[in-house]
Amino acid sequence: MARPSNIKSFLSEAGDMSRFTGRLFTSWFKPRYEFAEFFRQCYVIGYNSLPLVGLTGFIMGLVLTMQLRPSMVDYGVESQLPVIVGIAIVREIGPVITALIFAGKIGSSIGAELGSMKVTEQIDAMEVSGTNPFKYLVVTRVLAATCMLPVLTILSDAISLYGSYLGINIRGTTSFHLFWTQVFDNLAFYDVLPAFIKTFFFGFAVGIIGCYKGYNSNKGTEGVGRSANSAVVVSSVMIFILDLLAVQITDIFGFN
Amino acid sequence: MFSETAYIVKQPSEMPQEAVMTIRHLYKSFGNNHVLMDFNLDLYKGENVVVLGKSGSGKSVLIKCIIGLLFPDQGSIKVFGENIPDLNIAALDQIRARVGFLFQSNALYDSMTVRDNLEFPLRRHWIKVTQEEVNTMVIDALEDVGLAHTVDMMPIELSGGMRKRIALARTLILKPDIILYDEPTTGLDPITAREIIGLMVEIQKKYNTSSLIISHDMNCVRMASDRIVVLVEGKCYASGTFEQLKLHPDPKVKHFFE
Repeated sequence: MARPSNIKSFLSEAGDMSRFTGRLFTSWFKPRYEFAEFFRQCYVIGYNSLPLVGLTGFIMGLVLTMQLRPSMVDYGVESQLPVIVGIAIVREIGPVITALIFAGKIGSSIGAELGSMKVTEQIDAMEVSGTNPFKYLVVTRVLAATCMLPVLTILSDAISLYGSYLGINIRGTTSFHLFWTQVFDNLAFYDVLPAFIKTFFFGFAVGIIGCYKGYNSNKGTEGVGRSANSAVVVSSVMIFILDLLAVQITDIFGFN
Repeated sequence: MFSETAYIVKQPSEMPQEAVMTIRHLYKSFGNNHVLMDFNLDLYKGENVVVLGKSGSGKSVLIKCIIGLLFPDQGSIKVFGENIPDLNIAALDQIRARVGFLFQSNALYDSMTVRDNLEFPLRRHWIKVTQEEVNTMVIDALEDVGLAHTVDMMPIELSGGMRKRIALARTLILKPDIILYDEPTTGLDPITAREIIGLMVEIQKKYNTSSLIISHDMNCVRMASDRIVVLVEGKCYASGTFEQLKLHPDPKVKHFFE
């Protein structure tokens, strides 16, 4: 049974985080706009994550295809393998796995970076230098994470499907053209759009949780490690919670 | 028991009397921990004042209140005639452009080169200068601290003493009228610490800045101070030159000089 002190600290942290998110929205539209830092963060968060996301996406598509194949053969629907894998990757596995990889890489890096800046007074130095550190550090990172995860997910989906194509051709023979025709013919608007939209929320969650944990880091270097760790754990859990909400919402709108 | 005012030693008569900073009746608490209680201080143009106190006596809280990183519970901090707690962010930034702050941990940005670290406050305070002028200002500031060759290095490649000098160069680049030093010699070996203190004194002479130095390093106090303020129990407990306070009868003051 949960202890009252745990419940109290959970609620207190939830309140702090809500305030932090509220502050983000109020800062979001007010000048001064940190465009240069935003584009730098897009490069760091997006471009630098591409090799990892691409590799895991490729393995995910390949493995999923190889695991599914025996069952599909048993049921005599082996020819439908590109269709099943395509829908699974685009609707669910691609966005969620990419977001989890993203949370591991970017959530921890933002948490540790801001945490170490906090304990070494770099955030204070920024403020003294005529900069709003919240805008410079938090707004730019959250925006960059929100914008970059959808892009990474699209690329990861494409690489996963290419991995799947190779997986099919390990045991069977399917032409490149036939594979992609089968995939795209069976993907509908309501398969792609909800999956694409939810990645914005996943990216936002990873960015805001990483920034919140880092920005509020304390207790010296131990606190930095804790910030990085809890940024990954909380954002991973949040991705699943958002995914659950997304599936309920798409169900209400009849997209399932 | 001595009365509090009995400890206050008059300003040395040769000191110029134009106050650039005036602190009156300053109070700051964190819960039940009363850090500053009715603290008063004047800083005059061209003067080096050292605030001397034990660890945890509220020295860093004082300096953070002055620069607007913390807000006092009560009292006024007038810098160039403007009361810091009353200022909005834009007005506060204008004051901050004239007040340099050397952080205890140096606070150099790890992800930037030395050049970018020095350019950062210039760019952020919206100072309209060309790239050529920026380059000259960066090199001049680095030459002041004797480290012009490190301009394209990363902070991680520098020693502790060099990082302190770079942080000092970053503080100097805006040509501040007041410099606040938070424990400038902490974590440095005695030789490097002496070099940093020498540099602080040299800079003060060269640019005629006023300095408020937070320290409990007695070498720093002796070498850098025109006047010393002893912070005890959140108050300005005693004030005077090093020689005057060394002979002070009160054990709470004497204790620092033994």
